[in-house]
Amino acid sequence: MDIHEYQAKKILSNFGVTIPRGGIVYSPENAENKAREIGGSRWVVKAQIHSGARGKAGGIIVCNTPLEVAQATDKLLGKKLVTNQTGPEGKIVNRIYIEEATDIEKELYLGLVFDRSSESIMVVASTEGGMSVEEISKEKPETIIRSKIEVAVGMQNFQARELAFGLGIEPDLIRRASDTIIGCYKAFSELDATMVEVNPLVISKQKQILALDCKMSFDNNAMFRRSQVSELRDKTQEDSKEIFASDRGLNYVSLDGNIGNIINGAGLAMASMDMIKLAGGAPANFLDVGGGATPEKIVKAFKLVTMDEKVKVILVNIFAGINRCDWVAEGIVEALKKIEVNVPLVIRLAGTNVEKGNQILKDSKIKYIEANTLEDAANKAVAALNK
Amino acid sequence: MTVLVDKNSKIIIQGFTGKMGSFHADEMIKYGSNVVGGVTPGKGGSKHLDLPVFNTVKDAVNETGADASILFVPPAFAADSAMEAADAGIKICVAIVDGIPSHDMIRIKRYMRRYTKSSKMTLVGPNCAGIISPGKSMLGIMPGHIYKEGRVGIISRSGTLGYEAAQQLKNLNIGVSTSVGIGGDPINGSSFRDIIEKFETDDETDLILMIGEIGGPQEVAAGEFAKKNMKKPVVAYIAGLTAPKGRVMGHAGAIVSAYGESAIEKVEILKECGITISKNPSVMGDTVKSVLEKM
Repeated sequence: MDIHEYQAKKILSNFGVTIPRGGIVYSPENAENKAREIGGSRWVVKAQIHSGARGKAGGIIVCNTPLEVAQATDKLLGKKLVTNQTGPEGKIVNRIYIEEATDIEKELYLGLVFDRSSESIMVVASTEGGMSVEEISKEKPETIIRSKIEVAVGMQNFQARELAFGLGIEPDLIRRASDTIIGCYKAFSELDATMVEVNPLVISKQKQILALDCKMSFDNNAMFRRSQVSELRDKTQEDSKEIFASDRGLNYVSLDGNIGNIINGAGLAMASMDMIKLAGGAPANFLDVGGGATPEKIVKAFKLVTMDEKVKVILVNIFAGINRCDWVAEGIVEALKKIEVNVPLVIRLAGTNVEKGNQILKDSKIKYIEANTLEDAANKAVAALNK
Repeated sequence: MTVLVDKNSKIIIQGFTGKMGSFHADEMIKYGSNVVGGVTPGKGGSKHLDLPVFNTVKDAVNETGADASILFVPPAFAADSAMEAADAGIKICVAIVDGIPSHDMIRIKRYMRRYTKSSKMTLVGPNCAGIISPGKSMLGIMPGHIYKEGRVGIISRSGTLGYEAAQQLKNLNIGVSTSVGIGGDPINGSSFRDIIEKFETDDETDLILMIGEIGGPQEVAAGEFAKKNMKKPVVAYIAGLTAPKGRVMGHAGAIVSAYGESAIEKVEILKECGITISKNPSVMGDTVKSVLEKM
């Protein structure tokens, strides 16, 4: 789960990280007042969407008067911002964060992630803040310093100090920098985060160490014990079909192609997408109905896939394990009574009671194309598309 | 020797009396697994499926001599149950549950560092199909009948894709020595490398089929291990050639975030390690067959 910049900043400030003065607004009038309340003579108006690279997309505007702040807010609110991370449809701006402008002396990078090799938390830092970490590792890999943290005992002061000195921070500021790094670590480990990124972390001309932009992501599996974090979810930033799916226990990712998929198991779903591509087609979605593939889930899956107007063919590929193909087939027949499918339908069943399952489909008089193997299913789906 | 489980493995079910635990305990018993009882705190002393229920794993081990366990407890309590099994002297524990927080998985693995290598429990999963040694024992939730007895070892992150492979092999009249589902989570109990090493020393296995997917470093780590240390041939398929970067594909662990984590990059690196690649998921069986024929 992702949250907004202003939410991440609030969390980090609770862990001792210094952030510029700022506030969230929902209207231009609000924005003007907020700018006066914050004080100072320059403000930054920041569109709150779940994406980085907002600056390049015009989502961050520097203003010199409260009136300009109101105008910038008016310009951004309700707009769809398209960045290199949002996809072509972009993301809607419903909230604006107004922040006092910072006189930047130096921009640094600080990120925390799980390191899957060592199964620990990895802190990554660089003197080249302001660029994405991908760009830094491509263009200035020598500036990257890392520190692996033993989670059982947590981050030690010396580890934070080493990172701070490694970033070339002057001696007077080392203590503040260490506290900032440890604050980020604590937020990561105490709130079940999967990512904390402060980019840039800046040293201001007034010698303050400030988190100027922040991103945090959290482990969906841990939200049962993080109600204060899960409250921060903003569904307007998510794909409506993906929300529909996640609310119904389905794993769904929207893609660009036109062959809709209903598959059980994430691995088999990815494999089926690969086969579609090899056959010359393109998947419209990734959809895992779960290992069980119960009739209820199949009905929901059909509802979801038929919601997508791009879909020109539907491919169902179920490997019945503990459940049985006859049961799955009944689920499909049931689903097709409730949901109208106006595109060609290719069905491949495999596993337990496959003959019975196929017989049920044949007897049901539903219009479909039967496939026997993974390859056969993909070929038939692509062929149906080209008819 | 059979990798991880055999006919003599004494199995207990953690979360025995719940719906999932009951159903799969029954399936395992029908397959011929030696299930000796189960654990549900607070229900100790009662019987379930004609087998004894215990309050703690230690009680179950003391009374039944259990050495294997399978977890069907809800995700919020799974880490605790896995550590309880490790402490009670269980040798192999399979965590079927999907949805254990990553921070909890790290905690389990740190906890298990207190044991010496010889006394350390092997944890398989979470979010996996479990283990089957066809004709001997099933410590998992797979459909047992699609596995023919034989000499190919399977390791798969995905459950259903592992079934797909077993079925393809069976259709070609090729059998399986042991199939291990290591699960789709970013941090798991046993990695590809951990299991591939066990297969290398297993005298019932001639060839290993490794079914990986996008995300994480484990396939590459296993490839490098195979290159340096293995004599047995390895065949691999990596799912997710069409998966977009930075998106989680169903499995929490299936996300491309660094070099060497996309399907194409993994395939290239594994080829350099001398591993035969099944170029698509419908020829996993055929690829295994052609390598076996050359042996």
